[in-house]
Amino acid sequence: MSPGRPLVGVLALQGDFAAHRRMLEGVGADTREVRVVADLAGLDGLVIPGGESTTMTLGIEREGLAEPLRELGREGAPILGSCAGLILLDRDHLGLMDMRAERNAFGRQVRSFEADVDVRGLDGGPMRGVFIRAPWIAEHGPEVEIVGEVDGHAVAARQGSMLAVSFHSEIAGDDRLHRMFVGMCERARLAA
Amino acid sequence: MRDEATFRVKTGLAEMLKGGVIMDVVTPEQAKVAEDAGAAAVMALERVPADIRRDGGVARMSDPEMIAGIQSAVSIPVMAKARIGHFMEARVLEALEVDYVDESEVLTPADERNHIDKWDFKVPFVCGATNLGEALRRIGEGAAMIRSKGEAGTGDIVEAVRHMRQITGEIKRLSILGEDELASAAKDLAAPLSIVREVAEGGRLPVVLFCAGGIATPADAALMMALGAEGVFVGSGIFKSDDPPTRARAIVEATTHWQDAVRVADASRGLGAAMVSLESAKLEDGQLLAQRGW
Repeated sequence: MSPGRPLVGVLALQGDFAAHRRMLEGVGADTREVRVVADLAGLDGLVIPGGESTTMTLGIEREGLAEPLRELGREGAPILGSCAGLILLDRDHLGLMDMRAERNAFGRQVRSFEADVDVRGLDGGPMRGVFIRAPWIAEHGPEVEIVGEVDGHAVAARQGSMLAVSFHSEIAGDDRLHRMFVGMCERARLAA
Repeated sequence: MRDEATFRVKTGLAEMLKGGVIMDVVTPEQAKVAEDAGAAAVMALERVPADIRRDGGVARMSDPEMIAGIQSAVSIPVMAKARIGHFMEARVLEALEVDYVDESEVLTPADERNHIDKWDFKVPFVCGATNLGEALRRIGEGAAMIRSKGEAGTGDIVEAVRHMRQITGEIKRLSILGEDELASAAKDLAAPLSIVREVAEGGRLPVVLFCAGGIATPADAALMMALGAEGVFVGSGIFKSDDPPTRARAIVEATTHWQDAVRVADASRGLGAAMVSLESAKLEDGQLLAQRGW
């Protein structure tokens, strides 16, 4: 750990947490895998990666992580949820974003795809997203701002310091979303 | 622009399964038990390997009715097995929209010379391997995920350890070779030079590597993670044990916390008896499933 870099946790109960760590470290963050409550201490932000949302939900229950994760979000630490992570942020799970995710909304694996997504707030044109049995945001409250769509479905959203995307830019190799997120973590740390 | 079935999309699902446990199930009820225990995916098949071993006869793709029943019982990915080289079984599984096809040595091979041309499919494939050359040949044919073969249906971890150490050891050796030595290495591995070069540069397979074949306990799963597996398949080990839901949860927990022996110890308590096991070293050549395929 170096003094100038924000420390970003990556929930590592199951899923593509290693790909997120590589991405975060590439854009100037220190990272820590989070498996138990003690791993949350001192984090400037957290990524909830892709994976199986049921597996991750059961893991969160087993480890007693639900309330500590909510607390982290309420304290203002930025949280980025990708794919299963988007589902975990919704009302039916951690409830950190006022929205309802529809699981596997695009269909089974044979309907998985990659596409360009115009994410509002990101410079440099559309970003390539890999959608794996991906969810979309079926419905949301006024606090949630939809910042990206595919085929008319909401696939990227922001609410305060929460950021959720249906897709995997960490698989496509585009680091702009992670760069923006690490910027949010840096600002949150300086404000704290 | 929107593209389906790119290699990134195929390998992408395996990336999402990392750190997880994929469990063999033969009924929708077992699939639900697996999902409720935290399985990252289920493998739908008619008989678990231990029963295939006991019953003998030709082992084939499962009844589509059974696969559809499992698909409607759970929301996690559903995989299914096709016989080695049986591209028509694979077409059927693709039509059923299973999430991954396992071209598996656990079933009786349909073609002794050719594996399925996996590039020709939208559905991704996982294939077994006992060494690096075999893994890279499968990737050359389009496999988007590799698993060690181990010796399925035995509950004996020794073959899985051998295969995992073989694969990771050969990757380490490749990574110290010079560029001028890679063509000869590719010849020895009987694998495509382009993929050999990619492995030498990256120090890892270009796809996700899981372990399969012989996992019966939480400590077995943790051992394989420590040896470099990115996740585990458990076949007979769960539903042939005394208390499947408890053992399934314990193996999931040990796979997540493999670096913490205290957690693996906790997960290992009070599970009842493991599956009835067979010592691989005492099996005759004709009974070894890992020798199927090349």
